[in-house]
Amino acid sequence: MTITILAFGVAKDIFNAPSIQLELMNDATVMSLKYTLEQEYPRLKQLSSYLIAVNNEYALPEDYIHQRDEVAIIPPVSGG
Amino acid sequence: MMSSTPTTNILITDATLNIAECSQWVMTPESGGIDVFIGTVRNATKGKAVLRLEFEAYATMAIKEMEKIAAEVYTKWPLQKVLIHHRTGTLQVGEIPVIIAVSAAHRDAAFEAGRYIIDTLKQTVPIWKKEIFEDGEVWVAAHP
Repeated sequence: MTITILAFGVAKDIFNAPSIQLELMNDATVMSLKYTLEQEYPRLKQLSSYLIAVNNEYALPEDYIHQRDEVAIIPPVSGG
Repeated sequence: MMSSTPTTNILITDATLNIAECSQWVMTPESGGIDVFIGTVRNATKGKAVLRLEFEAYATMAIKEMEKIAAEVYTKWPLQKVLIHHRTGTLQVGEIPVIIAVSAAHRDAAFEAGRYIIDTLKQTVPIWKKEIFEDGEVWVAAHP
């Protein structure tokens, strides 16, 4: 399945785009998504940390990703 | 983008934040204390001059996370109204990226809830700031 990943902050700079498309296995989890992302964008590994949001909620590593989910990469937040 | 109930007012906007309107909004006849926190753009970080800041939000999720914080403070303290406004876009030194306003019958609840809201916002709400220096720019907290 093809998933669109929204990017914000430093992740947008790393992708050089506000979103990217990624080909994932149908039973992909957040953990496998991160692995795939880090293969294609090794600079992600230099971040202090980053989380994945699925449908506007922080996701756990074992959560599954589905075709129509809104997926976003959340680098360390720094609002306020 | 905003989220509003009679007692909770949450906003993410490109427009200038208004201190008077925010403190007015939380005032109720039952209130004995109003705590207002105003975040401002500082002219330096670790001794290095900052020219301006740029804020970016994942607005739909940021609103949801702010709603969670507001719901949580109502369970922790006896409050009357809660307001959280955050700005996005380019802000110059002295401008206001965030206003938190809380009203309660007594000051302890207002002070503590206000402090809790800004501290939690900085940890959980998907908003990012970039510091612009004379010789470059950096996304705050991105790298160790």
